[in-house]
Parts: sequence; C-alpha cells; structure tokens
Amino acid sequence: MRVVVDYDLCESNAICMQIAPDVFEVRDDDFLYVLDENPGDDRRAALEESVQRCPKQAISLED
Amino acid sequence: MPVGRDRVTIVGASLAGYWAAETLRRDGFEGAISLIGDEGHEPYDRPPLSKKYLAGEVGRDRVDLGNAEKLAALDLDLRLGRRATGLDVAARTLDVEGVPEPFDGLVIATGARCRTLPGTDGVAGAHTLRTIDDADAVRAAMDGGAERMVVVGAGFIGAEVASTAVGRGLAVTMVEALEAPFGRVLGLEMGAVLADVHRGHGVDLRAGVGVDEVLTEPDGGTGAGLRVVGIRLVDGSEVACDLLVAGIGVIPNVDWLEGSGLEVADGVVCDETCLAAPDVVAAGDVARWTNARYGESMRVEHWDNAVQQGVHAARRLLQSDEEAEPFTPVPWFWSDQYDRKVQLAGRTHPDAEVRVVAGSLAEHRFVAYYGLGGRFLGVLGVNRPRQVMQSKGLLEQDASWDEALAFAADWD
Repeated sequence: MRVVVDYDLCESNAICMQIAPDVFEVRDDDFLYVLDENPGDDRRAALEESVQRCPKQAISLED
Repeated sequence: MPVGRDRVTIVGASLAGYWAAETLRRDGFEGAISLIGDEGHEPYDRPPLSKKYLAGEVGRDRVDLGNAEKLAALDLDLRLGRRATGLDVAARTLDVEGVPEPFDGLVIATGARCRTLPGTDGVAGAHTLRTIDDADAVRAAMDGGAERMVVVGAGFIGAEVASTAVGRGLAVTMVEALEAPFGRVLGLEMGAVLADVHRGHGVDLRAGVGVDEVLTEPDGGTGAGLRVVGIRLVDGSEVACDLLVAGIGVIPNVDWLEGSGLEVADGVVCDETCLAAPDVVAAGDVARWTNARYGESMRVEHWDNAVQQGVHAARRLLQSDEEAEPFTPVPWFWSDQYDRKVQLAGRTHPDAEVRVVAGSLAEHRFVAYYGLGGRFLGVLGVNRPRQVMQSKGLLEQDASWDEALAFAADWD
C-alpha cells in the first residue's frame, strides 16, 4: 500500500498526523511530511480514516 | 451478530449521506442503497464554497465528493432533485415527493438551511451561502462587478466570505449584533484577535449593532423585482452595498419529520450511538445526540463531524444493540481566512480561563488553551496546526488543565 499526498491540495490541517502519527507529520514549518510511504497492511484502517477526514481530500492510497 | 438488512435509504446526499453510503459498502453491505437529495447535484463538499471556489481559484472538480468512478462503484439508487416529505417510523415507510416507499434501515442526513434576513426574499443581490447554487450566485455577482459587500454576522461563514471578497477587491463591511465579533464561539479575548485580523485587511467591522432594515430599490432590468442597495443599522447609520451576504446561522431540516414518531428538538434526537429509533439513525448537522464524553446532548455543524457521524451512523445500522458503540468525538473545525488558518478543537465556555501557550497574539500566530474547573476544554490555534492536533489528542484523553499546561510548557 502506497500513501500519496497531493501537495497542491494539502493545507496542513494535520488531522492525518493525529490519526496516523507514524505515517504523517506536520512540522513546525507547517508543512506535511510523509514518514512512511509504504506502510504495512495493519495500518490500513487508520490510513483510510486519514483519507476520509482530510479536509482538502489531498490523501489517496494505492495498492 | 450483524443485523440483516436488505434496503437502506439515506435521506440527504451531502457529506454525511455520502460517507454513510460509502461506509455501508466498505463494511460489506450488499443490499440496495437509495441516496435521496433535494438538490439537483451529485454529492459535493461545502468548505470550498466560501473559500477557493468562491474566489474562482478552483472549479467544480475540486468540489465534488468522490469521482464518477467511485460513485458508480457504490452502486447507489441515486435520486437527485427529490425531496423526502414524510416518514412513518412504525410502518417503516418514507414518503418521497408524497409517495410512500418501504425501508428497513434509514439514515437521516438532511442537514440544515440558512436563516435569512427579513425583507430579503427574492431580492437581487441578497444572499446566504450554503449550497453550490448559493456560491455560484455570489461568485457571479462578484464576476459581474459588484464593488461593495455587506456581510451580516461575524461568524465563520461570514468571515470566510469577507476574506474572499477582500481578496477579489471588494470593499467589505461586516456587521455583528453582539458586542464581540466571533465571541460566541471563541470568547471575548480571542474573538477580538480575529476581529483584529479582519480590520487589518481593511474590513469595516461594526460590532454591537444589529440590522434595522435591508434597503432596496426597484431592479431596473427585470420587471417588479427589487435589488439590495444597502442596509440601515439600529443606530440609524446606513451602509451602501450592491451585494449582501447573511451568515446568521442555520436551522436543522426537520420539518418533514412532523408526525413521524421521532423526537425532534432542534434536530433529530438520537441516543449515544446515533440511533433515533429502531432501524433509524441520524448524522451531520441535523442530528442531536448525547455525546457521552461530555454527558450532554449536542448538535454539531462542523465538516469533520458530518464525515465521522455519517460513518458511525451507517455502521450503527449494521450492528446489533449489543455491538453498538457510543459516538464520542471531540468536536473540531478549521476556517481559512486571508493567510490565516484558524482551528478549534474541543469546546469553549464563557467562564473558561484562556491561556496563550505558544506564539504571539500580536503576530496572529499562536495556540490558546481553554480550561474550566480543572478540566482542559479546548484549544484554538491560528497558523499552528501541529500543536492544535497534538492538543486535540490530549482532549481525547480527557487530560486535566494541569496536564495540558505541562504538555505545552516548552513550546515557544
């Protein structure tokens, strides 16, 4: 599973970081960093929730 | 033991309704799903309507929820431009345009509609902003050369519309009947900070003065119609405008539920799990449920709540009473105004202590905590998303005021 962020859409609301802090980090520069672009399948539920709850719909998952 | 159902109907084809449908399929529901919406549009997302869509920076493709392919994969009986007109819970029938049809599971997600100013019905140039049709109308007015906007109501929709209009070069006056702009949500001190942001961008912000009358004159082009030319305030002053947007709150869409057998009280009353009656759940702006985290009945109009409650309510329909879980979110919303991102998680209270734990109010980049009675209630951030979300985690753990302050102690 690959995590893809559309940085043209992302506005660093950081909700993804709260849901999956092992995968997403918004740093003090207010930019989002993907810490793990290929997380294991055991993280799927949290990542799907991140996709749902991203206010900018900037996150997608590719199998 | 999951509950067997054949036919779920979702009333309301917006955010909560869309995610309810998506969740039913994701969780393996194979029966028929009807998604009924009174707007003639496929499900779309509202936040851009007062921001980039209104500014003309993005088009319809950035507003639609899901894409055609995703929507098709949900295999919905999608009925747009159709209105639910009645419900009989005991008989398990829903009236659509007066015609009864059976269901064995129902999601009520009919949302809310805008309050309007008296004397603005049918008046050209006078708008509210909730639907994409509303946004298209206001955008068209700006495209057509509107120069002076009055925003009535210093809440978050009004603030975003004002911000967008300033960005498009309009002169903007914002009028708020209460003494403290944004004070109802943010409290006096933090409301004043946000007011300062708007004044700094040239908005003529007038607080503590209500609207006495909307001023109109005959609309030359189209027969007997009227168009807005300004407002008169209760202090007698007048403000000229060619575009008026009222952001003065919403009314939950529950009128159609009269006589349904459901309890209605400023929303559809649900239990802790979002169940309104056996086989009937509600989600989004229309749902009033008991949030067990706070031990209080609440109705939340935020985007994130519509997503989460749509998911939770749909799942509730597939669960037995024994499997059902309470819906206990910490409310959260964001608002984009000018180059500021405002985020509030948790709750505020008029008597709360407010403490700035990071950044500076003067620079309009800070984190403020709200505490009451030893409890950490809420966090407000302006351009500080990382720390807001870390703090939201504390709120979800029901951290005490002292624990929260300790957590934030070494922020700069």
